Amino acid sequence: MTAVTVSNLWMSFPGKKNPVHVLEDINAEVEQGEFVCIVGPSGCGKSTLLNIIGGFLPATSGQVLVQGAPVSGPDPRRIFVFQENGVFPWLNVRENIAFGLQKIESAARESIVAHYIEMVGLTGFESAYPAELSGGMRQRVEIARALAANPDIIYMDEPFGALDFITRLKMRADLVRIWERERKTILFVTHDIEEAVQLADRVLIMSRRPATIQDVIEINLPRPRDLDSPGYLEKRDRIFASMGMSLGVG
Amino acid sequence: MNAPLESTVVKTTAESTRPVPARPGIDWLRALLPCGVAALFLLIWDLSVRFSGSDLFPKPIEVARAIVELIQHGLLVKYVVASLFRVSWGFALATLIGIPFGLVLGWYTRAAQAFNPLIQIFRPISPIAWIPVAILWFGVSDAAPIFLIFLASVFPITVSAMAAVRNMQPVYVRAAKNFGLSEWELFSQVIFRACLPQIITSLRIALGIAWLVVVAAEMIAVNSGLGYLIIDARNAGKRYDLVVAGMLMIGLIGLGLDMLVRKLENFDEVRWGYANRS
Repeated sequence: MTAVTVSNLWMSFPGKKNPVHVLEDINAEVEQGEFVCIVGPSGCGKSTLLNIIGGFLPATSGQVLVQGAPVSGPDPRRIFVFQENGVFPWLNVRENIAFGLQKIESAARESIVAHYIEMVGLTGFESAYPAELSGGMRQRVEIARALAANPDIIYMDEPFGALDFITRLKMRADLVRIWERERKTILFVTHDIEEAVQLADRVLIMSRRPATIQDVIEINLPRPRDLDSPGYLEKRDRIFASMGMSLGVG
Repeated sequence: MNAPLESTVVKTTAESTRPVPARPGIDWLRALLPCGVAALFLLIWDLSVRFSGSDLFPKPIEVARAIVELIQHGLLVKYVVASLFRVSWGFALATLIGIPFGLVLGWYTRAAQAFNPLIQIFRPISPIAWIPVAILWFGVSDAAPIFLIFLASVFPITVSAMAAVRNMQPVYVRAAKNFGLSEWELFSQVIFRACLPQIITSLRIALGIAWLVVVAAEMIAVNSGLGYLIIDARNAGKRYDLVVAGMLMIGLIGLGLDMLVRKLENFDEVRWGYANRS
């Protein structure tokens, strides 16, 4: 079954003189339970596309169907994980993760929260406030908050972009482990080609602005992925090539 | 084979040589410095009065005696309570109205467009200028100074709450909307909470202003309170020792009020909003 269908999507912002055309006739599909990465050069409109799919921005024209219904706004059945970290600093870890569970009775809520605190590896930090946590731990809180709400789809907008290299590797490995357990549909935006190859079933490659989807690459490699294997390197180099970059130039 | 043993030994050695930070003791200098400055101030005050030979302006010791006199007559507590009562009411009303009003103006652009010009016209009018109007409307009663305190503190609170909403990180609202919050939940659980650190800072400022104004209001409209004490002591017999005693109490209580509101800044729910402050 198709989770997300984007058809003939166009997006322009009113500029100072002339409108700025960001997205040009985007067409894409994401299957239920699929992990899809969108990569593209900085400023190409990847985030804009995800925000339109997430219901935070209206498109100029075209259509986004999520589970068969047109998107009219943000929806608790699809949770967004933000690049700038949307964890609430006035709530502690437990309260943040419970944020989407207010309509659930408290015993069930507590067990769900405990389950996801354990899953993202924050045991022992239940009562800590975000300001006391590292950047990676704050992203774990946000991912746990998204999972706890039991959405059908999770949209992730460069969630690991602000983290250091080692933390990023660890977060990717943990995200794959969690996704294999939960099998949520994940639509993940990144500018990092390596990240896309490590995570995704399928990578959508966007062009420069005004952006179109110029290539789709299947990554049918077993998980956890060996970052030195020929298969991995071949996929990575194909994306590099598709984005018009040779590894020699970097 | 004995590698684990070796590593244990090394670890123990490291444990014993690891530097232990000195436990911070009581910072005596921090307590002594302001006391020293205050003592110096009292000394200069005392010497100045002695050298000038003034028989009206009191020496510090006479002010201390005046405070004892006030306590013995039961007036000190009575006047302090009277002043605090007026400030509490005026300030509480300003808080209850200013915070929600400011949040709504900050969130709804149209509301701000409608109300902001009027607010900016009322804001620069000194509460002192309202004293004749307050007497006309409320007579010589507690309501007049309460009204003045309300006027003095409601604008800083409203304007600051409004600015806080506008400076709020948009990601909090986006996350909240994603979880399907109703308009009321959005205000109470996210907008208010996100703005609370800035609102508390504005409460501190507003309470300081309220305390300034209650004294001014009591000089005219009522017959109790610290402001009344100052005017009455001067009019009734040029008792400048009581005048200065009143001033000193105003200052001390002002300090106490500020320390009280500052305590609010230490709660976990708002401490994140005061980065890099010890």
